[in-house]
Amino acid sequence: MTENLSMAKAINLGLQRALADDPKVLLMGEDIGTLGGVFRVTEGLKKEFGENRVLDTPLAESGIVGTAIGLAMRGYRPVCEIQFEGFVFPAFDQIVTQLAKQTTRHQGTQSFPVVIRIPYGGHIGAVEHHQESPEAYFAHTAGLRVISPATPNDGFHMIQQAITSNDPVIFLEPKARYWPKGDVDMSNAAAPMHQSRVVRTGTDITLVGHGAMVAMMLDAAEVAQSEGVSIEVVDLRSLSPIDYDPIIASVQKTGRLVVCQEAPGNASVGSEIASTVAEHAFYYLNAPVLRVSGFDVPFPPANLEGLYLPDVDRILDAVDRARGY
Amino acid sequence: MPYTEATLQLLSIDGTLVESDRTAEYRAIVDKLGDDQLREFYRHMVTTRRFDIESGNLQRQGQLALWIPSLGQEAAQVGSAFASRPQDMIFPSYREHAVARIRGIDPIHIIELLRGVTNGGWNPNDFNVRLYTLVLGSQTLHAAGYAMGIGFDGKSGTGKVDKDEATMVYFGDGATSEGDVSEALVFAQSYQAPIVFFLQNNQYAISVPVVRQSRSPLYKRGEGFGIESYQIDGNDVLISYAVTRTALDAARAGEGPRFIEAQTYRLGAHTTSDDPTKYREQSEEDYWKERDPIARFEKFLRTKGESDTFFAEVKQEGEDLASDIRTRTLTLTAPTIDVMFDHVFTDDHPVTAAQKKWLVEYEKSFGGER
Ligand SMILES: Cc1ncc(C[n+]2csc(CCOP(=O)(O)OP(=O)(O)O)c2C)c(N)n1
Ligand SMILES: [Mg+2]
Repeated sequence: MTENLSMAKAINLGLQRALADDPKVLLMGEDIGTLGGVFRVTEGLKKEFGENRVLDTPLAESGIVGTAIGLAMRGYRPVCEIQFEGFVFPAFDQIVTQLAKQTTRHQGTQSFPVVIRIPYGGHIGAVEHHQESPEAYFAHTAGLRVISPATPNDGFHMIQQAITSNDPVIFLEPKARYWPKGDVDMSNAAAPMHQSRVVRTGTDITLVGHGAMVAMMLDAAEVAQSEGVSIEVVDLRSLSPIDYDPIIASVQKTGRLVVCQEAPGNASVGSEIASTVAEHAFYYLNAPVLRVSGFDVPFPPANLEGLYLPDVDRILDAVDRARGY
Repeated sequence: MPYTEATLQLLSIDGTLVESDRTAEYRAIVDKLGDDQLREFYRHMVTTRRFDIESGNLQRQGQLALWIPSLGQEAAQVGSAFASRPQDMIFPSYREHAVARIRGIDPIHIIELLRGVTNGGWNPNDFNVRLYTLVLGSQTLHAAGYAMGIGFDGKSGTGKVDKDEATMVYFGDGATSEGDVSEALVFAQSYQAPIVFFLQNNQYAISVPVVRQSRSPLYKRGEGFGIESYQIDGNDVLISYAVTRTALDAARAGEGPRFIEAQTYRLGAHTTSDDPTKYREQSEEDYWKERDPIARFEKFLRTKGESDTFFAEVKQEGEDLASDIRTRTLTLTAPTIDVMFDHVFTDDHPVTAAQKKWLVEYEKSFGGER
């Protein structure tokens, strides 16, 4: 059965299914209960499952993640919501020094199935700390799985996969994609959460990216098509681990790769992809791997976000440069 | 309801002065205020509210990304801001529009922040008001550190009230749960820093009622850290002034930190993105409307004999401010890319310089077509 849903609604239904499937699943976060979250992703869930399953927590991110770790020790599967990506940092210590390292520390005697949902990314014209893309910090941290859906269908399935995963998962929700609707397959058949996927086939050049950049890359591919350039687009879906097979296979075909991301380029997920592809597909490359990223500056005031964030033009500019080699 | 036996109050909700032994020392402070000063309290409460309403309208008309209303919290802010002395450094959260105005900040700078023109807005040293801070509670540590510096510099505790410095930091009931706030209380107390923690307990952190943050009155949080603490009726501008004055002067005299919990209410939405009907009852809003800080103070002034002309003048001043803000908002220009690149570092940096150059040339390549 297929339904046409926004990603916000799709994740909501995924959470609902997870809560119904497993009594040990708990949701925790600021304003997620009565209000249903500032993006309404948890709307209706407190009413349905009660305040001991859907917790309006005190206002403390370190407290949320730290107590989630304790709850996991007690056998629960907490799903934490951080209200905006800019407010995850009070919890960064608990995530990096505790959550990410508990499994190794316990040497297989316990697992830590904590999910941290984080709305992230720009394009919403918001004030400081509400538009950033902090994924590299998490991808850099061993012990965390990091994934990001780009479509409502992936939102619905990947949140459930994240919750059933026995490891900590950082689940990054692209805010710009919360509202556009898409078809969601409500059956349980879904691609593994760490699989990257070709979402448009092409022959001249490969674009790879995640989250809100996927729609942007598809738009760019459409424009390029009208100019006679055939672009293949890969939706990364998982930022740690990265599934390189579809990317390498694509590069073997096209010989050119542009990595697209909203995050600043320095020491980014895109840098990692560029280096790995150079290592594994060097002889197939006809041009250096290029990155299209946010600039290495703090996210600017909203009036400047159009200049800061990669857009179709910036992607096509990189496509032209890669094809110019 | 949130008032407790500890709540200090000078002005009852019908605008009459309340006598009590506990408040006698504050009454004495207020009795020394001239009529001009009382008029200023009123003027600032009314004009800030008018500014606030206009800014909300501008947001709804698509001119601002967001607006953060302070409706209902005017007395807490106006009383405490006037209680500070010019040499005191104030650390706001993000709702202290009245405090900013009293310190001389042109409110168009607050508009600029919420329109998305800047992430800052003013030079703190021009007004002794730091920038708005959106990450909850973080400014309490900055204020504590600044106050420690005042102590190290020997700029407090000399006995000269007009010279000795202190800091005051504003934060909300929700923010009290952040670790940073507890750490700020620890540092302030440990170093006996000259700081006043001014908590505006407006009963909510977005949708979450204060009981989720604390099961006991929040002024006791300060006491728990060994800090002398007060709970005041935050909708009474007179007690807000008098208690803050006392607390700041104690801090500047070298007696260590103070903590004030002002019981108030956010009459409006959390921000223009918020819909309070989802989480609170009309009857509760009505309860607080009866305790409106402006109505109460107006009754007091009228009983004291303030003329209709005065009230009409203030009302007009609010209208003028609103229309001035509207006009100037509509003519604000977008920032240039300099804002994005030029001040990421104080010293030269090769990466930002190169990226700026790239972007300038890239934009030029469109020949103004973008
Ligand atoms: C560290 C952090 N977490 C979450 C947020 C999102 N947020 C913004 S305001 C707010 C509620 C704040 O409540 P309170 O401290 O009572 O201040 P008020 O807004 O009521 O003045 C929340 C959760 C934030 N800004 N910073
Ligand atoms: Mg509050």
